[in-house]
Amino acid sequence: MIQLNVNGTTRSLDIDPEMPLLWVLREYIGLTGTKFGCGIAQCGSCTVHIDGEPVRSCSTPVSAVIGKHVTTIEGLNSPTGKAVQAAWRDLEVVQCGYCQSGQIMSAVALLAHKERPTDAEIDAAMQGNLCRCATYVRIRAAIKAASKQPV
Amino acid sequence: MKTDRIVNLSRRRFLTESVAAAAGLTLGVLPIAGAGMRESGPGLAGSVPAEAGDFQPNAFLRIGRDNSITVISKHLEMGQGTYTGMATLVAEELDADWEQVRVEGAPADAARYRNLFWGEAQGTGGSTAIANSWTQMRKAGAAARQMLVEAAAERWQVKPAEIDVKAGVVSHAASGKKARFGELADAAAEQPVPQDVLLKDQDEFRLIGKRMPRKDSPEKIDGSAKFTIDVRLPNMVTAVVAHPPRFGAKVRSFDAAGAKAMPGVKHVVQIPAGVAVVAGDYWSAKRGRDALQVEWDESNAFSMSSKQILEQYRALAKGPGTVGRNQGDTAGALAKAAKVMEAEYSVPYLAHAPMEPMDCVVRIDASGCEIWNGEQMNTGDQHAVAGVLGIKPEQVRINMLYAGGSFGRRANPKADYVLEAVHIAKALKSGVPVKMIWSREDDMRAGFYRPLYLHRLRAGLNDDNQPTAWQQRIVGQSIMAGTAFESMMIKEGVDQTSVEGAANLPYTLDNIQIDLHSPRLQVPVQWWRSVGSTHTAFAVECFVDELAEAAGKDPVAFRRSYLKGHPRHLGVLNLAVEKAGWSEPMGPGRGRGVAVHESFNSYVAQVAEVTVRRGVIYVERVVIAVDCGIPINPDVIEAQMQGGMGYGLAATLASELTFKDGRVEQSNFHDYLSLRIDQMPEVEVYIVPSTEPPTGVGEPATPVIAPAVANAVYAATGQRLRQLPLRVV
Repeated sequence: MIQLNVNGTTRSLDIDPEMPLLWVLREYIGLTGTKFGCGIAQCGSCTVHIDGEPVRSCSTPVSAVIGKHVTTIEGLNSPTGKAVQAAWRDLEVVQCGYCQSGQIMSAVALLAHKERPTDAEIDAAMQGNLCRCATYVRIRAAIKAASKQPV
Repeated sequence: MKTDRIVNLSRRRFLTESVAAAAGLTLGVLPIAGAGMRESGPGLAGSVPAEAGDFQPNAFLRIGRDNSITVISKHLEMGQGTYTGMATLVAEELDADWEQVRVEGAPADAARYRNLFWGEAQGTGGSTAIANSWTQMRKAGAAARQMLVEAAAERWQVKPAEIDVKAGVVSHAASGKKARFGELADAAAEQPVPQDVLLKDQDEFRLIGKRMPRKDSPEKIDGSAKFTIDVRLPNMVTAVVAHPPRFGAKVRSFDAAGAKAMPGVKHVVQIPAGVAVVAGDYWSAKRGRDALQVEWDESNAFSMSSKQILEQYRALAKGPGTVGRNQGDTAGALAKAAKVMEAEYSVPYLAHAPMEPMDCVVRIDASGCEIWNGEQMNTGDQHAVAGVLGIKPEQVRINMLYAGGSFGRRANPKADYVLEAVHIAKALKSGVPVKMIWSREDDMRAGFYRPLYLHRLRAGLNDDNQPTAWQQRIVGQSIMAGTAFESMMIKEGVDQTSVEGAANLPYTLDNIQIDLHSPRLQVPVQWWRSVGSTHTAFAVECFVDELAEAAGKDPVAFRRSYLKGHPRHLGVLNLAVEKAGWSEPMGPGRGRGVAVHESFNSYVAQVAEVTVRRGVIYVERVVIAVDCGIPINPDVIEAQMQGGMGYGLAATLASELTFKDGRVEQSNFHDYLSLRIDQMPEVEVYIVPSTEPPTGVGEPATPVIAPAVANAVYAATGQRLRQLPLRVV
């Protein structure tokens, strides 16, 4: 049995400790907002927070997060999280939407460290999150809007 | 049923069932006569799954007693904003309140939901969704509005002409009476269906032309949107497939013992595409596949390398191909020319690589088969699945879910990945739902690419260095050969998708010849966002730049002089260069390039500004002008211009799928490079005002960026780069 704290709830799961956190979240807990894109930490679609830090859940064995706090898009309720989601809505960032959970999780983690990131800091922090729809112009703008900077 | 185009489905429903559970008014605009009602539920996209016993209408519009308006989209939402567009068209004529409108994906039913540009087939592609729905959806909304008005007039005993409808409220000013749509829905359903509805004039639009918020945004921001990969059904199993290492290879034998020994693995079954490993979850299935041993028969497998293909195409380009356009006497003009310019352009194979890898959920039951899929080729897939299962197409019920991107990939004329999932479900015989998920490596390596193309261009110049003749020879695999579209799209031996964007060269020249070689290779190919224009725009718009230089003309002035009679090309060109500040000087190592191109009846011009430093191309600013007819939603248009350009920019700067000895060399996003945020330029989008019917915006921005950037690189460095992705030497 593995004890897992996800979005503030602790669960006991009978799963292989080597299973990537992504698949545990999606298929054993039913939190499907976190997405599978590449399986090798190259696209960022699977980004979640572990103790507040952005982590690629596709390449993180579930055993590595025992005793830690996992936050997924469904559990994002910090003021920064809400501000980022509101900016994403106001600036109509999404297109297909598949990568956006990961984009938002990375953006929230960035703003937790850096209240008012520059363009270069945004690019550096968001560089691991691919968007094939290329919504990048609006991602940049939405991060600035969420951090109360002129867009 | 006569050949009514507008049918009141709620009345039919009322007549056939004495109890109307959720009742309300339902309207469909039928494209063809005699279409039968289907009892299958609407797709689940963006909505609560329909439950047995629910009222499940089959139309474009449903108004509930609870005042909800449901627009049923016959087109797939894959990011391009189609759900928002469909809702806008209906809500405009209905005079609905935007907040009360929601959107659902339609079931597969060509009789009701066919693409009006695609004969009898339902499907989404070719940037046709808005263009083919423009009148149809507005009529659906207008008819419903008129019936609501009639119902109110009857109830209030007033004249319909005195009734006003605004933002979801029906009102009569003189009496002060008011009702919301929901209060009138049942009564409206009893009204006769108007056959000739009056549509608004452009200056009466309240929603069309406004930046209405996307209907799919909220659920895509909080993670609740349902994609195929998110479907969860009772007793569902997950399957992964071991595909052959090279196209054309077959399973000779396999040893399932290792796979079956892995925890969680339930079945190992052979299917036409390879060997499937089925488990309770994806990770277990994938581990099972890793442990599976397959011996492949590669005796008839593809064995070429990209370099060889290019050499073969180059040799082919020396001889004449099948003529796709012939105007004047090109050969004669070239022979008489004072000077002949010649250039070769080429582009590699490309994967679509949407963020959601191919996946599909299938459940076979006594009544047929149910599919959950980001469904782009509804009717084609329905028929293909029916063929495999030996059932009727209407027994294949398809739930059209959101697609996590597609860029054409999910509209596969051979239903490739859908059939893989169906074959697995069929082989299991147990009726359990099967979710097949491709890994990213499968998605890269299991095929269906934008073909590699080579263009050989020749132009004859007169003594003043002005062009007198244009000859363009195109070599590349036909996308349409061997598909159901062959008879429609291959005309006199020329696949129209191979030459589009070249055969309709807009530049006014007396002598133009376009010809085509379509060699057959084992590499499976398919349309890729903007199809033929992905390569023709690059070759044409770069070669035009070369001709401008030869003529000693500025690239913009040169284009203008040869685009007389093409006002929409000129309109976007002029707007883009004006906004870009075309003639403003740039510093050393920097350059500006322009390209203009029409695809899918939309016109796009782009000006790219680049800096080239230590062999790296930095695209810093792109100015885009678009003419897509009446703009439905300027915000969605702007987003599609930004994103469509970005998708093309990835292929301009980075993406390339190559073969070595028949094997695909790339496997995932670490070696199949895509555009990342730090490579995304600043983008400005300008929309040409128009009164023309609306045309598509999903694709037309994509093909224009490669020539714009290549021309900018030339301006910056003096290097003509004629091969994608661009590499400065």
